[in-house]
Amino acid sequence: MSNVVDKVWATLEPLTDPEIPVVTLRELGILREVRETQDGIEVVITPTYSGCPAMGQIEDDVRSSLAQAGIEARVITQLAPAWTTDWMSDEAKEKLRAYGIAPPHQTRQDVSVVKFMRRPVAEAVACPQCGSTHTIVTSEFGSTACKALYKCLDCQEPFDYFKPY
Amino acid sequence: MSTPIDYLLHLADNAVVLGQRNAEWCGHGPILEEDMALANVSLDLIGQARLLYQRAAEMKGGDATEDKLAYFRDPHEFRNYTLLELPHHGPLVGYAAANRDYATTIVRNFLYSALMVHVWDGLRQSADASLAAIAAKSLKETSYHLHHSRDWLVRLGDGTEESHARAQAAVNHLMPYTEEFWTTSPAEGAAVAARIAIDVWALRPAWDALVNGALAEATLTRPNFHGYVTEGKIGLHSEHLSYLLGEMQGLARAHPGATW
Repeated sequence: MSNVVDKVWATLEPLTDPEIPVVTLRELGILREVRETQDGIEVVITPTYSGCPAMGQIEDDVRSSLAQAGIEARVITQLAPAWTTDWMSDEAKEKLRAYGIAPPHQTRQDVSVVKFMRRPVAEAVACPQCGSTHTIVTSEFGSTACKALYKCLDCQEPFDYFKPY
Repeated sequence: MSTPIDYLLHLADNAVVLGQRNAEWCGHGPILEEDMALANVSLDLIGQARLLYQRAAEMKGGDATEDKLAYFRDPHEFRNYTLLELPHHGPLVGYAAANRDYATTIVRNFLYSALMVHVWDGLRQSADASLAAIAAKSLKETSYHLHHSRDWLVRLGDGTEESHARAQAAVNHLMPYTEEFWTTSPAEGAAVAARIAIDVWALRPAWDALVNGALAEATLTRPNFHGYVTEGKIGLHSEHLSYLLGEMQGLARAHPGATW
């Protein structure tokens, strides 16, 4: 890796998700690649949910950080391969848990989603507060596109679950 | 002559029109969780529509943009299924004559999601790499929408006497509109020939199995239908689309080029 590519990574490292400020864009897998091409430096980001309202903010954050550091780079939004929560680092998952959001389970690559005529037996989601897996889903949709709302039946705390995507 | 752009517009218009319809529940949901659910489903649908319009604009070239395609085409230029533009109530249901009937919303979302999981799954192999990428993302989101609407379909159908009656009325009202899924429009034909699209007809057995399985579990009956087939996807719409677009496009047309 060249110095300039390293510098771009270092410049963008502090950037976090606007809605989940404990994890960085790199840890979430949104910041995919920094590459040196004949036309200059390219920074590749991958959108999460198609309609995630944070994506505009994320792109703005990347551009302004680069501008502040005096780096000229093009920001490229790349759809394929589609973003998945499986790209999230273990480190990021632990940060989510400590922040009170249950981290996503591994997605089920073995079973085609289309073949689900019925909901698969859900894996137990552990409460980020007390660790109990005695939890229930309160709502399939939560405070952001990427989360569902759960409740712990032991400590009674409601909590967000980052949905596997 | 139809081009692949017309097919992309068909997919985009489906998503934007259902997204706009579902968004009518925002702030008016029957319970808080469903208010959030429908708003989130709309967010996904409008996000899918944006990606598709962006791709269509790119293919069109010139001064085409996603906003021009969404806000500055008139009703007869829209290529969505008629099913998706209908209001949240059936015309023949006396007790559902208030503005919105949640059973109608759920049944519509179920019938559409049950189709689109198969469509997106197939389009992951589209000869258009951009469409294939959009399909791979949309499949994940639509699978979740299908889980949600199927759950509620069963809950309403196999629920109380009233929820059952309303769910059955919604099925009776909406099912005939799904016949439009299985006719081939010129845009679909051209896109299939170009290997951009997949032949929807081939998906019918899978869709039937999914729908029949859910209806049976919900203790609902599938009506027999042999009659008029709607033609929204060739631009012949019901009277409801103009009102929907009037609301959706009003701001952009009153203040062209406005930004926040």
